[in-house]
Amino acid sequence: MAQQKTYEEINEKIRRGEAVVVTAEEVIQVVEEKGIKAAAQEIDVVTTGTFGPMCSSGAFINFGHSKPRIKMKKVWLNGVEAYTGIAAVDAYIGAGQLPETDPENKVFPGRFSYGGGHVIHDLLDGKEVRLEAEGYGTDCYPNKRVDTIITLNDVNDAFMFNPRNAYQNYNCAVNLGDKTIYTYMGILKPNLGNASYSTAGQLSPLLNDPYYKTIGIGTRIFLGGGIGYVAWNGTQHHPNVLRGDNGVPKVSAGTLAVIGDLKQMDANWIVGLSYIGYGATMAVGIGIPIPILNEEILMYTAVKDEDLYCPVVDYKEGYPYSKPIDLGFVCVADLKKGKVIIEGKEVKTTPQSSYPRARIIAATLKSWIKQGRFELTSPVAPLPGAEADIEFKSIPERNAGGILLNGNRRGK
Amino acid sequence: MKNKIVCYFSAAQSEQPIIYRLVKNYDLIVNILKADINPLKQGYLVMELEGDKDKYKQGLEFLKSLGVIVEPLSEKVVWHDELCIQCGACASFCPTEALAIDRETMIISFEDSKCVLCGMCLECCPTRAIILHFDVREAV
Repeated sequence: MAQQKTYEEINEKIRRGEAVVVTAEEVIQVVEEKGIKAAAQEIDVVTTGTFGPMCSSGAFINFGHSKPRIKMKKVWLNGVEAYTGIAAVDAYIGAGQLPETDPENKVFPGRFSYGGGHVIHDLLDGKEVRLEAEGYGTDCYPNKRVDTIITLNDVNDAFMFNPRNAYQNYNCAVNLGDKTIYTYMGILKPNLGNASYSTAGQLSPLLNDPYYKTIGIGTRIFLGGGIGYVAWNGTQHHPNVLRGDNGVPKVSAGTLAVIGDLKQMDANWIVGLSYIGYGATMAVGIGIPIPILNEEILMYTAVKDEDLYCPVVDYKEGYPYSKPIDLGFVCVADLKKGKVIIEGKEVKTTPQSSYPRARIIAATLKSWIKQGRFELTSPVAPLPGAEADIEFKSIPERNAGGILLNGNRRGK
Repeated sequence: MKNKIVCYFSAAQSEQPIIYRLVKNYDLIVNILKADINPLKQGYLVMELEGDKDKYKQGLEFLKSLGVIVEPLSEKVVWHDELCIQCGACASFCPTEALAIDRETMIISFEDSKCVLCGMCLECCPTRAIILHFDVREAV
């Protein structure tokens, strides 16, 4: 019977400063040299990391009350609107939101120089941010307008809540058309001119725990340079997909919703991004520790770029119009070397996720654990697993004509 | 012929409709790339001038006759590594491998001497860490 460790035993070693911690890159060599059995006994924790564009991100902020008080109906930070359809001075600023004055794609391709992700980065950077708010005025909230300057220190609460991060595997994007296209995967040159990919590969959190055996709701993580938690499975979490022999999904699968106090994060690990012709977004740094509870879990963390595959997807027709165009799979190791073969053609690769930054995150988390600053948590509930029966839905196309408001039911 | 030039001008020169004359009298196509006029009304103008070879020369002579200092533009691509997040997207667009990835570390580096100023990297950088810098000296 293979030896089992518990979270408590590992945390005890962390507290004593005796835990053996390696990154998801380092573990590959340890396993190659010592074998699974010996390595599983030796290693307590494997740290992962990823740093890339994650559009489904943002932060909740409570601004504190103005004098007199206001119930915000609309609120802007540096001209970027935040959603305030919640309590009076609470709002959510989304990474992809643009200023109302942004020219968008009116002159194509648009530049998208500033958006919600840039606002969050500026707040973390200690910069002053203009806060404008409008209300309609009530007896309890008579103020109708606020226009002032704030910093992150001035707000009561600011916590990041990202509904979908750390995608487990992602498309490799190409363009089969005859004109350059501008996408969230960057610029795609015509006629298979380049292949854009976004994964930390062998360092990526969910590729190192493909069946979510340790990563679950409540898992403590590195988030944006500070400490955060897995809050839920992310939106579009779709674990029941095609998997390789090693259990790793061959297409995009699991996702995480994560949460953490913005005030202890670092601007270096939350960076606003501008994708020409597409929009603004934000790079998020995430690192997740994987406790080596047994040999099976270690085996998953020893996954190499050579064993990881992404589906090739056409972004001219295939993705935008959901047309099934089979372009096969490419290996992450080849993507990282700079060239892949697609449809018999040698294609240059364009990374979107920062591997050097992912490596620093895994190393930082490793040092936190070794210093006893970061203990592991056992999930309070698991994420829906590969056996789940989750259907990937689209918006239904129905005739909305004739529907009455106030609960009148639509006829069959 | 077509060239990018920098014109340095004094306060008195900046009061004159120089560009209008270049277009009207010398039939030149003027594309202003960058302009800066300080509070003393001295400044510089970076522009692309295009036109018939003789007219182009006459146009430049006209500028010089006004006392405007004309120099060829020296521009360069500047990579701000403090803004760079090392995603590496730029490298696949760089035709000369001035921006290149070390495939062991996946770290990007920029070698100025290999850059041919094509500008492909400017658009694909999501943090706008790469900029086109016009090398102009302090206004005279």
